[in-house]
Amino acid sequence: MRDVAVIGIGCTKFGEKWESSFRDIFVEAGTRALEDARMSGEKIDAMYVGNMSAGRFIGQEHIGALIADYAGMASRHIPATRVEAACASGGLAFRQAVIAVASGMEDIVVAAGVEKMTDVGSDESTDTLTGAADREWEGFMGATFPGLYAMIAQDYIHKYGMTREQLAQVAVKNHYNGARNPIAQFQSEITLDTVMKSTMVAEPLRLFDCSPVTDGAAAVIVAPLDRAKEFTDTPIKVLATAQASDSIALHDRRDISTLDATVAAGQRAFKMAHLTTKDIDMVEVHDCFSIAEICAIEDLGFCKKGTAGKFTADGETALGGKIPVNTSGGLKACGHPVGATGIKQVYEIVQQLRGEAGKRQVDGAKIGMTHNVGGTGATVACHILGRV
Amino acid sequence: MVGTKCETCGRHFFPPRTFCPDCRRAGKIVEHQFTGSGTVVTFTVIHTAAEAYSMLTPYVLAIVKLDEGPQITTQIVCDPTKAKIGMKVKSVFRKIVTDGESGIIHYGTKFVPVE
Repeated sequence: MRDVAVIGIGCTKFGEKWESSFRDIFVEAGTRALEDARMSGEKIDAMYVGNMSAGRFIGQEHIGALIADYAGMASRHIPATRVEAACASGGLAFRQAVIAVASGMEDIVVAAGVEKMTDVGSDESTDTLTGAADREWEGFMGATFPGLYAMIAQDYIHKYGMTREQLAQVAVKNHYNGARNPIAQFQSEITLDTVMKSTMVAEPLRLFDCSPVTDGAAAVIVAPLDRAKEFTDTPIKVLATAQASDSIALHDRRDISTLDATVAAGQRAFKMAHLTTKDIDMVEVHDCFSIAEICAIEDLGFCKKGTAGKFTADGETALGGKIPVNTSGGLKACGHPVGATGIKQVYEIVQQLRGEAGKRQVDGAKIGMTHNVGGTGATVACHILGRV
Repeated sequence: MVGTKCETCGRHFFPPRTFCPDCRRAGKIVEHQFTGSGTVVTFTVIHTAAEAYSMLTPYVLAIVKLDEGPQITTQIVCDPTKAKIGMKVKSVFRKIVTDGESGIIHYGTKFVPVE
């Protein structure tokens, strides 16, 4: 296998982008990534695009070809492939791009992610997202996504006794980081009170425990490490790519509040990179709900099972803490355009490793990690990236 | 409640499976009548639901472990403030949802507390 590097990154601002179309936003993200890599589109050999449900959100399928076309690649007939694994679509698109380059099959490959979610009402977006779970045996029974994660939270609280306030600190911390990220959907800090007094969605989860509905696109360009210097002075090496799966339904899991696919993907990533959690300077985890961040940092091994509430409330996951988590603001504050999230996580880690993260910069960042979840943990993708 | 059972290893399946994940091709799947008794593993009270379910809010959504072993996602028909982890429940046949005002009525299994 060849070593692979990220040579260019681009991202739109995340938010409710009623003034832009699906194709506008991926062209914007892709153009920024090309400019960042100081290259023209003629050099691109292939594209992988993470997208969960354009068919439901905008009535458009066949996203690979659409993106290649509007990115100006139609006349070059490059392979363009859509990758779908619900909210982990972006993470898997990145992994496919890395594998394509590592194998020697392709040289310069774009990994992108895009979702346009606000063209439908909230009822339809809620229903569409339920498709990431088991439609027949969870959704039909009245399960919503917040409802499924709420059942994880209830199980977790029952077993480990985390307080509601500790859980709320995840959202407070992620909004603090989001307020320091120019692309974040929410740019304002919140207090514990904001979370605790927000509308109840599914007990014990309130509105501010939940990531929002978001439009956005992100793109990164990967290349063989030995060619990276042709395009950038600061290539970022892909140290590990890992993926794992588990039962589609939450009720079939070994343990409701442990995501075994996170454990498996995390362990595979650390093994591939010959690293441990101690080597990681910051991690972007999949905080679609506050409880998801609690489970993620434990299941990846950053703290012991049952301790993440205290770990978070003690500030260990904040900027300046033992392991800064979700410096981008995470899905909670940066926003969660489902197919784009996995690519945005890579975008954030690359910015950190280049020292370009501004007010949320982690001092001396050398190695970072991403963790992208599909559904309630049926798919997980983990990547480790490092400075060269 | 009719699910399935693997006669090779004795594992029960609800929702029914036609392929045993443990025995794979060596499995022998047959229909199995479940007793409908179980225990609440975890639950939530849904306050914001999908449109078709919004008339039910607040309702109790739970994962129930059936006495035969499998776990399922279901609703518990009870006072939401009385729901508890570890609560014993039994299955009942209920309307689940209707496709609009004059659409198809879907039936299925919900659970009620055992006194």
